[in-house]
Amino acid sequence: MANEAAKVNIYIMGKKYSVPDSLTILNAMEYAGYQLKRGCGCRAGFCGACATVYRTAGDTELKVALACQTIVEPEMYLTQIPFFPAQKAEYDVAQLEPKAAQIAQYYPEIFRCLGCNSCTKVCPQDLNVMQYIAYAQRGEIDKAASESFDCVMCGLCVSRCPAHIVHYNVGILARRIYGKHIAPPSEHLRQRVEEIENGKFDAELEELMRADLAELKEMYNSREIEK
Amino acid sequence: MSYTPEMRELIKRVDATRSKRLGHDFPRMTPKERIEALEKFHPDYIESGFRALKVGVNKGDKVPQELADYIEARSRIENIEIDLDEIAYDVDVLIAGGGGAGAAAALMAQEEGASVLLTTKLRFGDANTIMAQGGIQAADKQNDSPAIHYLDVMGGGRFANIPELVRALVNDAPLVIKWLEDLGAMFDKDEKGTMLTIHGGGTSRKRMHAARDYTGAEIMRTLRDEVRNRGIEVIEFSPVVELILDEDGRAAGAVLYNLETEEYLVVRAKTVIFAMGGSGRLHYQGFPTTNHYGATGDGLVIGYRAGAKLAFMDTIQYHPTGAAYPPQILGLLVTEKVRGLGATPLNINGEQFCHHLETRDVESAAIIRECKERKLGVPTPNGIVGVWLDSPLIEKIHGEGTIKRQLPAMLRQFSRFNIDIRKEPMLIYPTLHYQNGGILINEHGETNIENFFVAGENSGGVHGRNRLMGNSLLDILVFGRRAGAFAARKSKDVKLKSLTLAHVQKYHRELEENGVDTGGRVSPLILPRYRHREANA
Repeated sequence: MANEAAKVNIYIMGKKYSVPDSLTILNAMEYAGYQLKRGCGCRAGFCGACATVYRTAGDTELKVALACQTIVEPEMYLTQIPFFPAQKAEYDVAQLEPKAAQIAQYYPEIFRCLGCNSCTKVCPQDLNVMQYIAYAQRGEIDKAASESFDCVMCGLCVSRCPAHIVHYNVGILARRIYGKHIAPPSEHLRQRVEEIENGKFDAELEELMRADLAELKEMYNSREIEK
Repeated sequence: MSYTPEMRELIKRVDATRSKRLGHDFPRMTPKERIEALEKFHPDYIESGFRALKVGVNKGDKVPQELADYIEARSRIENIEIDLDEIAYDVDVLIAGGGGAGAAAALMAQEEGASVLLTTKLRFGDANTIMAQGGIQAADKQNDSPAIHYLDVMGGGRFANIPELVRALVNDAPLVIKWLEDLGAMFDKDEKGTMLTIHGGGTSRKRMHAARDYTGAEIMRTLRDEVRNRGIEVIEFSPVVELILDEDGRAAGAVLYNLETEEYLVVRAKTVIFAMGGSGRLHYQGFPTTNHYGATGDGLVIGYRAGAKLAFMDTIQYHPTGAAYPPQILGLLVTEKVRGLGATPLNINGEQFCHHLETRDVESAAIIRECKERKLGVPTPNGIVGVWLDSPLIEKIHGEGTIKRQLPAMLRQFSRFNIDIRKEPMLIYPTLHYQNGGILINEHGETNIENFFVAGENSGGVHGRNRLMGNSLLDILVFGRRAGAFAARKSKDVKLKSLTLAHVQKYHRELEENGVDTGGRVSPLILPRYRHREANA
């Protein structure tokens, strides 16, 4: 980083700190002196730990972001959501059925959706959250699975939903039904598992394990590489 | 934070050479050239980066300086009064670590009928698993076999790998993919169910299975959902900080530290599995890292203090493609899938200097050479030098829309900082990614301490001196499952004697007897300190 970084003022839970303007919210909190316990996970936008609520001075709108993926703004008032007490259904994935009513059986509140689109507006992954809830309502499980796939389960959608829907748990239920009961099972995989269980490759592996270093190197260096 | 005007000028050179490069494969290095590149430029060969341990089972063996600092340190619980008769949790199998290995172990241990407790430092799922993007290897296609996979693993590991562990890895690989498919994980498949597989660095067959570029996330959230469905007890924000042994020196539980109440709690367990992950957050040799916040090597430090043997801890994996720009994502992972789909590394003149699918250690060494010796790297405003990774080439090879379909996480991450990787190349430089070694295990996940198991990144032996892409997601599941099942079966015959932490005092005495200056350090570290730091990610 440049030494003479321009600074901006931000307010972490109401307290003012002056931080370099190029930092992410996460780095700015650390720059300010925090050693985070909650509100910090992968630091790369994959885990959803760092859901953050903020507002900028003069604006009434509450905005949300992932702290590790968002650069600070001047006069930003922010706090993190350390935990969200969302409800999760328990199910045996083998017993689920790929039928239209399956998701609603576990999450009937999806039908309380008011169509306000708050979930989609807040999604830091820019997913069309309300759309996948609509797919779930209609029992289009494949579409709900695909549309929700890039979800990092940060919970921001849930925090804004007036109908108390837990979107991300609806999403994973859709994906598991799809993966288990709708996507075509892999035939070559099934065959290979059978071959392994019948010991088809055991002798060949034993032989490789016994090969001396020179033999092994020769085999490796002359092996055919698939184009 | 889009590219600066100066960088945009340089990108024109990349654009200018693209059509000439399309369809022409850069030659792979010969075995001799690979060794030369490694010895001259790979950070593992920088002697000042390592030091020999002065105490313990591996006394005299070299490990990274930063890890040695925490191994040669006093226990965090030295001055804490812990009543070993006050048992907060009493279980058959204790699993420390809430990533992929821990979750897999928990599911298998419970299936064997054991009572299971899983504890984790941060949230369940906060682990390197969830960040693994590119894929998982398994030899499940007609032109492939576990034996061919075996050869790739051994060659990639510089033939130092432990054969029994590699056999377990390649043999179980298709079983693991099937297990995940049965749990409802969504792999990329065609309409007939054929897995869409590509190459990774050092693979001789296209056996990289993926779930877009959220492969680890898809695996982690599926396993986590399953653990929750089965009602397995999980305690978050409560890392293990010390192993407890019984009078016979067998693992018998652990001390937990509740990060929020700052209380220490005693767990008694008949068998203990460490699935505590990597150590990228120790920033070996000052490198930025792709690792998650909690990757501080605690499992290695705690296990070592109790007498567990380490292996291959003098070899660290630097991923060739860490983000070098923008600074907000410095060191974060640019998945190998980008190269798997055909993107190539280029110098400041837009010229390729190395095949794009060398193994990670060799590819990293070649990039460091291009920047440090040949001075053909691309400068950035913050002083970091990198090389281009020509992502737009992917769309030329596979057609428009490929990046959005197959690399949505990468596209999204760079677009957050106003870089469109479909049109502009990415700037990359090697980043600290993985500890190739760890606590030595056998094919059941057992260590030299009875009833103490290790699985995943904190174990050592399977990858030798260099791990191939897609073999870590595989490793955590193969050995997580094996350790979970085996530890559960083993626990049925265990009769514990009284619990003790005497090994901690013994270790302190050894530190003193060997004249180690611990400099006030206590370990495990638990979380890194980034306060008042201007560097990023």
